[in-house]
Amino acid sequence: MSGAREQVSRLLALVPYLQSRGDVSLTQVAADFDVTPDQIRKDLGVLWMCGLPGLTPDKMIDVDFEAIEDDPDGVVRIENAEYLARPVRVGSSEASALIVALRALREGSPESAYEVIDRCLVKLEEAAATGTAPPKVELHLEQNEASQRHAAALREAIATNRQARLDYYVPTRDEATRRTVDPLELLTSDGHDYLDAWCHLAGARRLFRLDRMQAVELVDEPRQEHDLAPRDLSEGLFEPGPDNVVAVVHLEPHARWVADYYPVDTVEELGGGRLAATLRVDDPRWLVRLALRLAPSVTVVEPATMRSDLERTAKAALSLYDDAHGRSGEHAASAQGGGVA
Amino acid sequence: MVTAKSERLLNLVILLLVARNYTTKEQIRSLMEPYRASSDEAFDRMFERDKDDLRALGIPLEVGFVDKFFEDEQGYRIKRDAFELPAIDFSADEVAVLGLAARVWRHAGLAAATSDALMKLKAAGLSFDREQLDHVQPTLAPQDPAFEPLWQATVHRTPVQFDYSRAGQRDLTTRHIQPWGVITTQGRWYVAGLDTDRGEPRMFRLSRVVSDVVATGEPGSYSVPEGTDLRALSQSLTPREADRSAVVLARAGAAIGLRRRADITTTGVTGPDGTPGWDQLAVPYVSQTDFAGELLGYADAVVVESPAELRNAVSSRLARVIQGAAT
Repeated sequence: MSGAREQVSRLLALVPYLQSRGDVSLTQVAADFDVTPDQIRKDLGVLWMCGLPGLTPDKMIDVDFEAIEDDPDGVVRIENAEYLARPVRVGSSEASALIVALRALREGSPESAYEVIDRCLVKLEEAAATGTAPPKVELHLEQNEASQRHAAALREAIATNRQARLDYYVPTRDEATRRTVDPLELLTSDGHDYLDAWCHLAGARRLFRLDRMQAVELVDEPRQEHDLAPRDLSEGLFEPGPDNVVAVVHLEPHARWVADYYPVDTVEELGGGRLAATLRVDDPRWLVRLALRLAPSVTVVEPATMRSDLERTAKAALSLYDDAHGRSGEHAASAQGGGVA
Repeated sequence: MVTAKSERLLNLVILLLVARNYTTKEQIRSLMEPYRASSDEAFDRMFERDKDDLRALGIPLEVGFVDKFFEDEQGYRIKRDAFELPAIDFSADEVAVLGLAARVWRHAGLAAATSDALMKLKAAGLSFDREQLDHVQPTLAPQDPAFEPLWQATVHRTPVQFDYSRAGQRDLTTRHIQPWGVITTQGRWYVAGLDTDRGEPRMFRLSRVVSDVVATGEPGSYSVPEGTDLRALSQSLTPREADRSAVVLARAGAAIGLRRRADITTTGVTGPDGTPGWDQLAVPYVSQTDFAGELLGYADAVVVESPAELRNAVSSRLARVIQGAAT
């Protein structure tokens, strides 16, 4: 039944739209309403059955079907619908969505753009249904000019079918890499922007976070052809690869979030708020780093190799602290006092 | 089916919009063929559903008495000034901004709401030039299933309940709130409102809402207290300015993530392991616990020189890892 609601909503806009414009082709109408020309024909079919109460022929809305019957470039004309000259007021949900979008835009814009955005906000409030107050919204967007520049460059690479060279930081390995990629698509998931691309270095399809790109450069080479299905992010970003090793970790109460955040195969309560989780790891360095960052709240139980990797790494790091030249004395005090901004 | 229903709804809108006065249900029935052709019972059901549909479409359907002096006959009308979009002039630069705003939401429901709004503005004569819109811009991409129902509850002021799991705790609690607004920071979404069980404002992270969001009252059944300041409420969520600084040695070419926000104060330092080629960095930080965690992630590529407290935090956590691995 929502089909009818959607159609009526469109019709209530279509009637004033057609009356407020001169000659508009069927193709243009369909594009403006983001539906197919056939759908517009169906909509006009409904309109043709509507009119003033009583619905005698002189009261019906008139539609010129002949002009558009076989010709998508034919002009769409209606008559006898003067009482529907204006669209419906913008509803509270619609206005709220648009107002929040404008605020986000304002947040992400240079100050010079504030004035025009503020004018829009005022006018939208006028357009909204009477008695609606937009919900309160507080936005703290990740401001990253570099990411925006990278996004623009990558969009251009996709539009002009070119390869791109990325300087990319891989936190798991604390490595800066330079790689050439065939950019496929820009995606957003969980508040981060990603590039989906075929990576020549890895010889595989990879996702790259825009905020980890240090530089993006367009290459004058056409992208290589890959027969790839569009990526579906609805299930999240993680895809277990073939080389994954199953690891078992124990999580102390305040590292329980790890089991929510990373895809885990199984979770088991250990009592006292502790969890055992099995997860798939494709790079042992990732797990070692995670366990160190959250130390000592994550214990690696299996496999034994990763367990000893972790122990060895921790010992190497601790050895840097256990000699005589620990500079706890005056050096520390002066550095603290002179705190660098 | 859809076509017949669309016709009926549109004809009903026109009828109520052009009528000078309230029209009774019986008059409506006599004027509209699909209602006339239905049994009494079927008509009642159909008319109720149609009224719901019109309201869902944002059409202001008013109920009143046909005769002011005799309050016995109820009727319906759509007042033109409440129905019609008022004439608003948007200048070219404002239109461009609206076009950009329409692409901010990466969420099916909210994106549809913005494009519906734009469709109405197009119907009022505005033209949005697609070419102008190719511009880098912020995006809002809430992905938590609880976002849409809580957003709707916030817009329509509907009290709700949901099961909530607090960070690091296993037990779920059922919370009752009057949502006031939504907050987003760094890709995470929160709803703020009055927790009616506790009688105090609270914030909830949407990813921790683990049940359906259920309405517990009528839309519009509360109002947001005057002067509610979401910014103040959300202060605890925004990252504090880094106000402390640590001196850290990092191996040349390593700890790249750390270097992005550090000042290199000296290069070519000899490290505690006796090897040359370390860099001395001054790194601002906020929370000692978080910063120690970050440094731990770089393993033996970094060593803290000062402050002593941070140095001890890192080394004692390393010692506990080794202990844990040995047991």
